[in-house]
Amino acid sequence: MSSANFEPKIVGFLCRWCSYTGADLAGTSRIKYPPNVLPIRVMCSGRVDPTFVLKALSEGADGVLIAGCHPGDCHYTSGNYRTLGRFTLLKKLLDQLGIENDRVRLEWVSASEGDRWAQVVKDMAEKVRKLGPLAWKSNAEMTVQEEAKAAQG
Amino acid sequence: MSKLKIALYWAASCGGCEIAVLDIKEKILDVAAACDILFWPVALDFKYKDVEAMPDKHIDACLFNGAIRTSENEHLAKLLRQKSKILVAYGSCANEGCIPGLANLYSRESLLDRVYSETPSTDNTNGVRPQLKVKVPEGELTLPAFYDRVKTLAQTVDVDYFVPGCPPVADQTWTALEAIVTGKLPPKGSVVGAGDKTCCDECDRKREEKKIKKFYRPWEIIPDGEKCLLEQGIICAGPATRSGCGTVCVNKGKMPCRGCYGPPPGVIDQGAKLLSALGSIVDSNDPDEIEKIVNEIVDPAGYLYRFGLANSLLGQARTK
Repeated sequence: MSSANFEPKIVGFLCRWCSYTGADLAGTSRIKYPPNVLPIRVMCSGRVDPTFVLKALSEGADGVLIAGCHPGDCHYTSGNYRTLGRFTLLKKLLDQLGIENDRVRLEWVSASEGDRWAQVVKDMAEKVRKLGPLAWKSNAEMTVQEEAKAAQG
Repeated sequence: MSKLKIALYWAASCGGCEIAVLDIKEKILDVAAACDILFWPVALDFKYKDVEAMPDKHIDACLFNGAIRTSENEHLAKLLRQKSKILVAYGSCANEGCIPGLANLYSRESLLDRVYSETPSTDNTNGVRPQLKVKVPEGELTLPAFYDRVKTLAQTVDVDYFVPGCPPVADQTWTALEAIVTGKLPPKGSVVGAGDKTCCDECDRKREEKKIKKFYRPWEIIPDGEKCLLEQGIICAGPATRSGCGTVCVNKGKMPCRGCYGPPPGVIDQGAKLLSALGSIVDSNDPDEIEKIVNEIVDPAGYLYRFGLANSLLGQARTK
């Protein structure tokens, strides 16, 4: 399904204290990285309800990146540990639902790691590009058409 | 006033919802007194052509249970929609796919392989598969097409009211029937015969603090009879499930809630909410330990979407 012209759409949920500031630093430091992540600023990676991830994937995102403070650094002391608990379970669920492992990712990026942010985005964009679009809606549509044909014939 | 004309139908379901209708016990006589039953395949001998011969909107209310799995299910859903003034999605299968909906985790081909070849009790050396049409001396026989994905009733046709539950409890069935008989109906699209809080709100068990070092499956532990099951490490879907069942499983049956009443109001994906609850009660600040504890949950999809997979955000998304 992958094509040379395919540009993946990745929704990013960035913690306001570490990762969003880290992404800002990447910008002010003029670090070049692919423009595939649409950043959404949240107060804490712990605010990212798993519904957000599923909704993004169900409405056209090819991948989702959650970024928060390193373990031990959470502004609210333990938000990122809750994120890790949910994310671990979410990954198992997505695997069962048939969503490829590389499409959803949790990364720790601190406010001083502008270069790391750029590296994470570059790496993820590359991996999702290789996977191609998450075209589950059109795939499901295709199956429906095949079924209709089978029912008639 | 002429009698109310009702119909009951089962699509992809286990038949439990049909029993649930009879669970209203002697009140079924009141229903019979107030209503003419025009169509009820499980109990009365009517044919599909009898329904096809009815004028449009001839049936006042149809209780439809079961998910949409085959072309026959789909045909009857469309037919009963056309012939009924009120179409009610009755029970979890019609509402959100329920157990039949879990088949959405697998492709049509792998399901057929499993059933017609792989199970140990199957003796099918010729690899016979069901065909849509087959010619025999007496003529041509046909079977309904088996679809690749399970859909809910509302994903197939326009639905007026939703009665959740696997199966709906008798009191709630009666509430719904009474509303139909008396004509005191809420706005279209409402969930009838259920509460608007979560199961936890109505649970009698004692709650203190939810912090878990280990998840248990129900058979691995003898639970304390008074304490919240989730606090004992048993996965209970109460926090993400609509109230209205009377907490029969948790308080009377001493078993965890499995989530059959679907998501509470305002929640679009029950599994995601339950996942969020489970992921955040793990009592550890050590990344390795958190992963170890969470990884003990062997079948997240089965726990989180036991009843709601077909209606969930990615329940139709399987790409493999």
